[in-house]
Amino acid sequence: MDRQEETKLRVARQFIEAIPHSRALGMQLDALSDGSAEISMPYDLRLVGDPRTGVIHGGAVSALMDTCCGAAVMSHPDAPAGTATIDLRIDYMRAASPGQRIRAHAACYHVTRTVAFVRATAFDDDKDHPVASATGAFTIERARKDDPA
Amino acid sequence: MSTPPTTPRKRPEPVQMVKSRRDAALRALVTGVPYIQFLGIRFDRRGDELTAELPFDEKLIGNPLLPALHGGVTAAFLEVTAIIELSWTLLWEDMEAGRIDPVTLDPMHLPRLPKTIDFTVDYLRSGLPRDAYARARVNRSGRRYASVHVEAWQDNRARLLAQGTGHFLMPPAGPISARDD
Repeated sequence: MDRQEETKLRVARQFIEAIPHSRALGMQLDALSDGSAEISMPYDLRLVGDPRTGVIHGGAVSALMDTCCGAAVMSHPDAPAGTATIDLRIDYMRAASPGQRIRAHAACYHVTRTVAFVRATAFDDDKDHPVASATGAFTIERARKDDPA
Repeated sequence: MSTPPTTPRKRPEPVQMVKSRRDAALRALVTGVPYIQFLGIRFDRRGDELTAELPFDEKLIGNPLLPALHGGVTAAFLEVTAIIELSWTLLWEDMEAGRIDPVTLDPMHLPRLPKTIDFTVDYLRSGLPRDAYARARVNRSGRRYASVHVEAWQDNRARLLAQGTGHFLMPPAGPISARDD
């Protein structure tokens, strides 16, 4: 990683970790490159959805997926000024193992002038069997030009 | 002279007893889930109708500049509402039929919860830094699968913040107990 990329990652990391809800869930930006992102979050007893098994609630996984997809859009070379989720579908393949960190990877697989189509997958320590996958459409907000050409 | 009916109608239970039984069942369902407590979601009950409430909190913000609720919070709020509505529908039938006594329910002795298969969120407006509300409707509840639709709003019921649809795997039918499976 060259110095410019390192700076970019550091700035993005600070940006994501400054989002109150991402901070509340302990999210950490692990990687960011043109149109793709990796974000992880630690196992946390406060996020448990089933007290009998200690499995994290699907809603917390949704929050991780949404953040990761948004970060992927923001890192796209087209450099959107902002993004918002239009829709997000999550498939829950299996329960995340209690005690393990959850890592999400998201990538924009198609981007138009106005919409980014994103896919994401989440894993715990078992790298062969995803915990959840997601597909979403996100807005691409352009910086407003002061004097249109 | 009037004759008493041959099969006298069973005297209805005092309203307070009915209410406290239903509230106890709802409380057992909601307070036992740490994530629901973490987000601060509460449920308001009118008969069998539930309305979820998400009081605004700083930690729910996703965009500090606007500020706006985090999209993940909106998704989680919808999903929690859908699961509780579905579980409540199942619990209600057992409770009203007298098959379970809510007094015996606590977080570790609850009927098994339905499992989410998939969940789709349609974001309609940016979430304002205010309280949000949601109601879910079980559109289909089969032996194995269920489909639930849920709507969330803030200031105006007609201006939805988001809507969602989820599919759920139903818990296996059977006696309610803290099974070790």
